[in-house]
Amino acid sequence: MKSKSTPFDWINVVLMFLMMLACFYPFYYMLVYSFSDPQLSKFGITLLPKGFTLENYRKVLTLPNILSAAGVSLLRTGIGTLVTVLCCSLFAYLVTKPMYGRKIIYRMLVLTMYVNGGLIPTYLVMRLYHLNNNFLIYILPSALSAYNVILIKTFMEQLPPSLEESAILDGASPIVRWWHILMPLSKPILATITVFAAVNQWNAWFDAHIYMTDSSKWPLQYILYRYLTEAQQAAAMLEKDLNGDMVAKEITPAAVRMTVTAVITIPILMVYPFMQRYFVKGIMLGAVKG
Amino acid sequence: MRKKVQKRKLHKERLTFTLMALPFVIFTFVFSYVPLFGWIFAFTNYKPGRSLKNLKFEGLKYFRYIITFWNDVSNALINTLALSILSLMTMVLPILFALLLNEIRSSKYKRVVQTVVTMPNFVSWIIVYSLCFALFSTDGMINTFLDALGINATINILGNADGAWAFMTILGVWKSIGWSSIVYLAAIAGVDETLYDAAKVDGAGRFRCAVHVTLPGILPTFLVLLILGIGNLLNLGMEKYLLFSNTVTSSKLEVIDLFTYRMGIGTQQYSFATAVGILKSGVSILLLTITNLAAKKIRGETIL
Repeated sequence: MKSKSTPFDWINVVLMFLMMLACFYPFYYMLVYSFSDPQLSKFGITLLPKGFTLENYRKVLTLPNILSAAGVSLLRTGIGTLVTVLCCSLFAYLVTKPMYGRKIIYRMLVLTMYVNGGLIPTYLVMRLYHLNNNFLIYILPSALSAYNVILIKTFMEQLPPSLEESAILDGASPIVRWWHILMPLSKPILATITVFAAVNQWNAWFDAHIYMTDSSKWPLQYILYRYLTEAQQAAAMLEKDLNGDMVAKEITPAAVRMTVTAVITIPILMVYPFMQRYFVKGIMLGAVKG
Repeated sequence: MRKKVQKRKLHKERLTFTLMALPFVIFTFVFSYVPLFGWIFAFTNYKPGRSLKNLKFEGLKYFRYIITFWNDVSNALINTLALSILSLMTMVLPILFALLLNEIRSSKYKRVVQTVVTMPNFVSWIIVYSLCFALFSTDGMINTFLDALGINATINILGNADGAWAFMTILGVWKSIGWSSIVYLAAIAGVDETLYDAAKVDGAGRFRCAVHVTLPGILPTFLVLLILGIGNLLNLGMEKYLLFSNTVTSSKLEVIDLFTYRMGIGTQQYSFATAVGILKSGVSILLLTITNLAAKKIRGETIL
């Protein structure tokens, strides 16, 4: 295929460039806005930052709840991901083993992918469990995902059984076998699931919206939601927080929104290029199953 | 004798594994099956905080509300169906994108394009909303830019009921086109090279190769995804509609899930909202069964 470039090739290259631009520019705009002087950026920004400054970030850090929200976001991403991966992996390991009622247990798990209580019954039941205003609501409902269990189980089933058998001869208990043999061997699939679980936890906010009235337990995403839906709140909070300090008026609600958006998005943008191969692997696994 | 020992050992092993799995079984029951029993709330006057002992059975009262509020329910149904069908229709766009990307000759450029276009899939809808707000609101980037050019026409994209369906569909495509195309790119990579050689011998150019070799190669993948999409017709997700609906667009963006949310958590009509949820689940199961049968007919195997 070393033929000459045709007009189609050129149009195609340009078209793909435009696609990239459409996907990239909003994020670029967000970054540029967050680094611009709010008094200048409110008159409009398109390509270049106006009056480069880190002041927006400094101000955003002084917003009420923002530091605790960052902590909550990090905690739920860390703990939530760890719990999901450990639970799904151990359960998947057990499901590959002889058990009483193994078929029923497995069917019961698979069925949860297609049938669920729906929003309101789930909400009411979680409240009956007293999980509202409880950090565990971020962790527990997503701890066991049937889809992940199936993926890990399928992966474990195609591993050579001889490795585990030699450990059985050495008298290793099931937990030891799972931790020291099956877990390391399943690294590729576990890495993929880890990445997906972490992104889901980082991006989640709806659970906070319906279950959390305690603002100290809100994640970053939900703080942004509040700033977006309550237009003047950000500005008001700033003034309240830096009482009497005239500097507070220098930052605009738009600048606050863009900077908080950037704070949430930058970790994803930074991690994403390195994680892309896991994402790709993830969808391929899904496709094989579909 | 030995057999007996072995049998006992097997029994012991099975018992160990079963006991180890038991916590997970209980966990699944508690978090996935107990909420199903929550459907009972649709037949009672339950509200959070109220003791379960004083639960009063109300029969089908809240299901009759569906008829009373048929205007709202049917509006939500129409919105759900319209938005679902629009998103099903845009399912061909990732294929088109994959085909075009496949024709790019520089593999480095190809990789960069793919990476950048896939990125929006990994940010939350809040971020998307925030970006849209910054770009498209009445004092957003586009309007200030137009202002600076001396054009005094304010474009209000976020507050436009007529364009709401289209706008949400375009946003959906923007967010997912790169991600959805990965499957097709893999399918394209899996097409037998010799088929291309054969086609070229027959005098086919690039365009005809794409239409007659590549497209048939990815058609099975598309059909599976289409069937799955139809099965999930009512499961649009609600986050994005909750974010983007405002006083102007809410009549066009209120999907069933959002309606249940608004009725249930918003106005605390928990029983009525549960009843609507049950109605939705019923229709969903029906759709899933139909598409499963269709899949069996077409592919010879079920999707479930």
